[in-house]
Formats: sequence, structure tokens, C-alpha cells
Amino acid sequence: MIKKFTFPMGGIHLAKHKVTTDCPTVVADIPEFVSIPIKQHIGSPAKIMVSKGDKVRVGTLLADADGIVSADVHSSVSGEVTKIEDLPGASGYEEKMITIKVEGDSWEEDIDRSEDVEKEINLTPEEIIAKIRSAGIVGMGGAGYPTPIKTTIPEGKKANILIVNGIECEPFLTADDRLMVEKAEQIIMGARVLNRALGIQNAVIAIDENKPRAIEILTALSKLYVGVNVKICKTKYPQGGEKQLIKAITGQELPLGKLPIDIGCIVQNVGTVFAVYEAVLKNKPLFERVVTVSGDGCKHPGNYLVRIGTPISSLIEQSGGLDENVHKIVMGGPMMGNAVVNLSAPVTKTTSGILLLQDGEFTKKEASSCIRCGKCALACPAGLRPFAIKQAVSFNDTVEHMRKLHAGDCIECGCCAFVCPANIPLLDYCKIAKQEIRKK
Amino acid sequence: MLKISTNPHVQTSRDTQSLMLDVVIALMPAAVAALMFFGIDALRVILTSVAGCVLFEYLACRYWLKSKNTTTDYSAIITGLLLAYNLPSSMPCWMILIGCFMAIIVAKICFGGLGKNIFNPALVGRVFLFISFPVQMTVWPVPYFLKMVSPDGETGATTLRMLKSIDVSSSATSKMYSLSDLPSYLDMFLGNVGGCIGEVSALALLLGFGYMLYRRVITWHIPVYYLGTVFIMTAVLYFLTGEAKFLPLAHLLSGGLMLGAIFMATDYTTSPMTVKGQVIFAVGCGLLTVIIRAFSAYPEGVSFAILIMNALVPLIDKYAIQRCYGEKK
Repeated sequence: MIKKFTFPMGGIHLAKHKVTTDCPTVVADIPEFVSIPIKQHIGSPAKIMVSKGDKVRVGTLLADADGIVSADVHSSVSGEVTKIEDLPGASGYEEKMITIKVEGDSWEEDIDRSEDVEKEINLTPEEIIAKIRSAGIVGMGGAGYPTPIKTTIPEGKKANILIVNGIECEPFLTADDRLMVEKAEQIIMGARVLNRALGIQNAVIAIDENKPRAIEILTALSKLYVGVNVKICKTKYPQGGEKQLIKAITGQELPLGKLPIDIGCIVQNVGTVFAVYEAVLKNKPLFERVVTVSGDGCKHPGNYLVRIGTPISSLIEQSGGLDENVHKIVMGGPMMGNAVVNLSAPVTKTTSGILLLQDGEFTKKEASSCIRCGKCALACPAGLRPFAIKQAVSFNDTVEHMRKLHAGDCIECGCCAFVCPANIPLLDYCKIAKQEIRKK
Repeated sequence: MLKISTNPHVQTSRDTQSLMLDVVIALMPAAVAALMFFGIDALRVILTSVAGCVLFEYLACRYWLKSKNTTTDYSAIITGLLLAYNLPSSMPCWMILIGCFMAIIVAKICFGGLGKNIFNPALVGRVFLFISFPVQMTVWPVPYFLKMVSPDGETGATTLRMLKSIDVSSSATSKMYSLSDLPSYLDMFLGNVGGCIGEVSALALLLGFGYMLYRRVITWHIPVYYLGTVFIMTAVLYFLTGEAKFLPLAHLLSGGLMLGAIFMATDYTTSPMTVKGQVIFAVGCGLLTVIIRAFSAYPEGVSFAILIMNALVPLIDKYAIQRCYGEKK
């Protein structure tokens, strides 16, 4: 019996809906135009390095990181820059984007396009981090936090463990699962690269028990390499949350207000680790990623290797198109993803899935009055009392009070709003409270 | 046309209505037991009470509040059932309707409806009836297994009344009981004892408890802590004093304790929202129940204990805060 790990506080069990588990990743068609946002990460937007009319190739630097908390942006196609202007993103907010008209598919010469798995790591930690930085890698699990910052250990701190997050606990999504099955060795090499950059020999690949194929392949492969192990986690949402994963794997809780590195942990998504492998050992910047297109309204669900900047509509077209039954399109998973208002918006570095949802199971239900069942507090993996936060927000309480309720420590997983029998949008209230706290 | 909304885009199918329906289902074994022990009169009490509660809520929504009809969430049915279960089978219909009025209109609607009431509506109805009509509320038709009509005049005492009177010799008017008058533990467990129609059968109530746990309507904390507190406290008193009136198992199995601990103290609205608060609440209910049963003039204290603790819920909610992730233990 293999030990399975999980976190004890809160959490919920969701219907998996992972219909695309056995769909091999297909290379998506390159569209006629791509629009690449210059800010696909947390931090300041990158500085634009090209101008209208410039010819670019696949992998050409389009925008340079502006400061430490920022990330480079590269071209995902070859062609001509036709527009640099504010365009509406998936949620409708305007963002600065670089639009490129696609001509052919010519890559920058220094990118190693061979399929061979590179196994020699001769670089120093500094060189590795520099390569990660110049490849524009950000956390691909959803947050988009620039990876070089996470990989650089602050003065006086020490890393003990690298946790590679292969949980993918959101329903429908299988992009990480497919990546682990298809690129297992590359992921292990990526973990070893990061091990080296962090000066440790202790990477743990955490995989959800609902991914038997990935577990099998990675467990077998990890036996061949020193310093890389696989641990299996129980299926429970949000097991893939950074704090929940740290608790499950190390048994330690991240103290309030501390960063994972403060207790020696670094958590990276498998997609990010794969991108690190490609950047460091293949010289390939981050300009494509695996995206799951699924949902109960999707005709041909599948996993696609998509160039960043590809319009969502182009992906939907390739998976069977839209019909009148689809009432909502979600970017990301159904728990934490955002509703899409603009189908011409591009896929970004943090897009893990596009879900086409029908009326029914995924229709927001009308809220009724709170019956004080306390299920939200029971489900909250951060141990908060969402009902109290809701009250504080609706009664316009002081920011001090919201802070006392630890509203700022909400991880926005949505468990509270999921379990609420009165369908109260508790997460919305928590987000408002977080915003109020941040404003102060 | 695409819709937009905030996340999460998926919600549980366990809405208020489905939870309430589960409570109604969990209350059914006790209804069957009531019918078996008290016959057709029990059915009359249950139907009058449920009909009264639903009707009052409907009328209040329709003509007074002019709001959405909230009887569809089944909470009025639960109140009706619980009120009925807290009445003797000989209760006249018009009195039951007064209890329904107190429960739904005064205790629930006047406080703002489902989720806003401070006191358990069914208990308010019961206590109002108990204080207004003490005679009718303490006449206990003798249960007779599978009897379809209750013969007039044949009444007995509840186990708790007997316990209360054991070893008390000062008052000449009170009827005296000896230990041998107590029903057997098996009768207490099955429900073949005098009492309110829904409270007698511990077995039926425990079946309902099991169902609610299985369906995750409630957690085990409140009933277990409540019953545990009563059991431990009476056991301590029994061993300290040696008095038969503290027989722990008799206390556990008699009166409204099971009904109160499983169905009334666990009422979402009138109990604390965190597990920590629920434990404090349940232990408080247990202590008050034993204190009232042992030291007050009333033989039964469950209703008062729960109502008193109901009043403390806002305070408990304020201070019984669970530890959040990353906070020091």
C-alpha cells in the first residue's frame, strides 16, 4: 500500500469531468494573426522592443522584463508586427498587445528543435536562472508569478525541497496530466535543473491519485535519477493549492504572512518545470503551452499544444466549434477560471484550459438567504469563516475587522461558494474584502 | 449569447431545499414510531401541526410580507414535525394551531424568516404551549403497541416524572414511584413509554441521526457532545449521591433528549457555525439539561436548555473561532 498524502483542513470533492485524460496532445493550427499581451504575469508589464512593421521569428524577443517582478515576452510565430495597441482580453479589460501577422514558421536558430531529451547539465545556478529569466518563464499553474524570482533564494534563506505540482485538481483540466505522461523525462530533467539552481538534491513530484498513468511513468523514471521522487496525493480540491500541497508533502503549515521559501519550500507547476527544461537545455523561450479544450458543450474535447497569442476562437473552431447550447466559456478550470467575454482574446502563458459549458450543472443558481449551516467554514482550506467575511463586507465593516477575519489569507479557491446550499457568492465577498485590505 | 459570471462556475447540488428534505426524511422513522405507539391520534397531531406551520408561513409570505413563497424550502414542514413530536397525542387541535402560530409567525417570521431567527421555532411553540396549557401538555396517554385508538382517561407518567419523584417523600400530594415502576431500558429504547409522540423512540431518532450523518446534513459533534455531557454528568451525580433519580442511562433514553440533541440543537440557524462553537453549545445544552432535570421543578429541561443556549449563539459565534491555516496551534 502506497502512502497517499493530503491536507487536513477543509477541502471538497468535485466531479472530475476529466474526459480528455486519454487524448494525446495535438499540435494546434497556427492562426493567421496572434495577439501577444505584454503582461501575462504578476508584476509590471514588459517593455516593448519591437515596432510596427518589424519582421519577427518564432522565439524573437518582443518585450523585455521591466524590473525584477516582470517577465520577457517572446514571439510565438514568425511574421510581421502589424499592431501594438490596447485590445480587449478574455475578461474584456483592455491590455497592451502586440499583434503579428503570421508568415510561415521560421524559428530562431539557437532553439534546439530536436526531440532528443537533453540530459547534461553543466551550467552554474546563476546561468540557469539567467536562462529562465531570458526565456520569460512564469508560473504556468495560473498565478503567473515570474519563475526566476522564485528560483533565486533570498539572502540568509535555504531551500530544502522542490515540490513539482502535478496535482491539477480542477475538474476538466488534463493539460498537466498529458504533459507528465508525454514529457515525463523532460519534466524530471527540468526538476534536476531546478534542483541544481537551488543547490539541493530533493525534488518531489506530487501527483494526484486520479492520474495513474502519470504516476506509473514518472515513478519508474524517477528511480533512475538521484534527487527526484514521486509522491501520490489524494484527490481533494484544492490539493494543488500551494499551501495545501506544502502541508500534504512536508507536513508543515506555512505560517501566516510567510513565503514558502521561509520554510525551505519551492513549489513549481509541472508545466513550469517543463518550460524550465526547454529554456535551459533546449534554448527555447516560453511561447507555447498545453491547453485543454473541454466542457460539456465541447464537441471534440482534447489537449492542444498552442502558441501563445492564438485567439480562443481558433482553438474552439479546432475542437468542433460553438453551438447555441453553450452558454458560458471559461478560461481555466470551473472553480478558479474566469468567464470569457471576448472570443478573439488570446491564449496566454497561464491559460490551462478553455471550457465550453452548457446550461444546467454549470449555471449559476440564484442566491437565497443564509441558513447558517456553517458548511463554508467547514470547507474552507484556509480555515476562514466566509460567512463572517460576507457579513463584514455587506455591513461595510472596517478594514481592521476584515483583517481580523484573515480575509487577506483567502486563497480564492471557491470551496465556500461551491458548498453553500443557499448559493451565496461567498468568494465574491472574500475578494472584495481582500481588495479593501489591499487598498489600505 | 454568452453569459458571464464570477467563479466558481460549478456549485453543489445540495441546496437548502435538498438539505431540508433530508431532515424531513430523517424525521420519518420517529413518525412511524409515533403512529405505532400512539395510534391515529399521533397522525392527527402531526398533520395538524405540519399543516398549521406551512399555512401560517404561506399566509405570512402572501399577505403580510408580500414576498416569495418560502414554504417550498421545506423548513416549515420540519418546524411542524418537530412541534408535533414535542406534544402529547391527546393535544387538542386548536392548541396545536396556537403553537404553530407562535413557532412560525412569532419565532420565525418576526425575526426575519429562515436563517435569521434566534430561537428554534418549534421549541418556542412548544414552550409557549407548555406554559399556557400545563395540564394538557403533561397528560401522557399510555402507549400501547400498535393500538389504533387511545382510550380516554388512560394516562401515565413519563420516565422523567417517575425519576423526579423517586426517593422524594416530603410532599404528600405527589405520586410516589419506586424503581420497579420504571419502564425497562428496552422499552425506553424502542419507545414503549409515556411521553410526547416523537420523543419516545430513541431507536427511531437514532435511525434519523444515522441518515443525516450519511447524507452529511449535519456533523456528529452537537448530538454526541450533548448526549455525552448529559450521560457523564448524570453518571457523576449518580455515583456521588447514589440517588436513583440520576440513573444515567434512563436520562439518556428518556424525555426529549434524543429528539432535542439530534434534531433541535442541530438546527442550522440556531446553532453556532463553527465546529468549536458547536461543541461549546452542545456541552452547554447538556449541562443545562441536567441542571434543570435534577434541580428545578420541571422534570424535563431539554427545551429550556436549548432555548437558553440559542440565546448565547451570537456570543459563541463571536468568540469560538476556528484556527486558520498557518496560525500557531
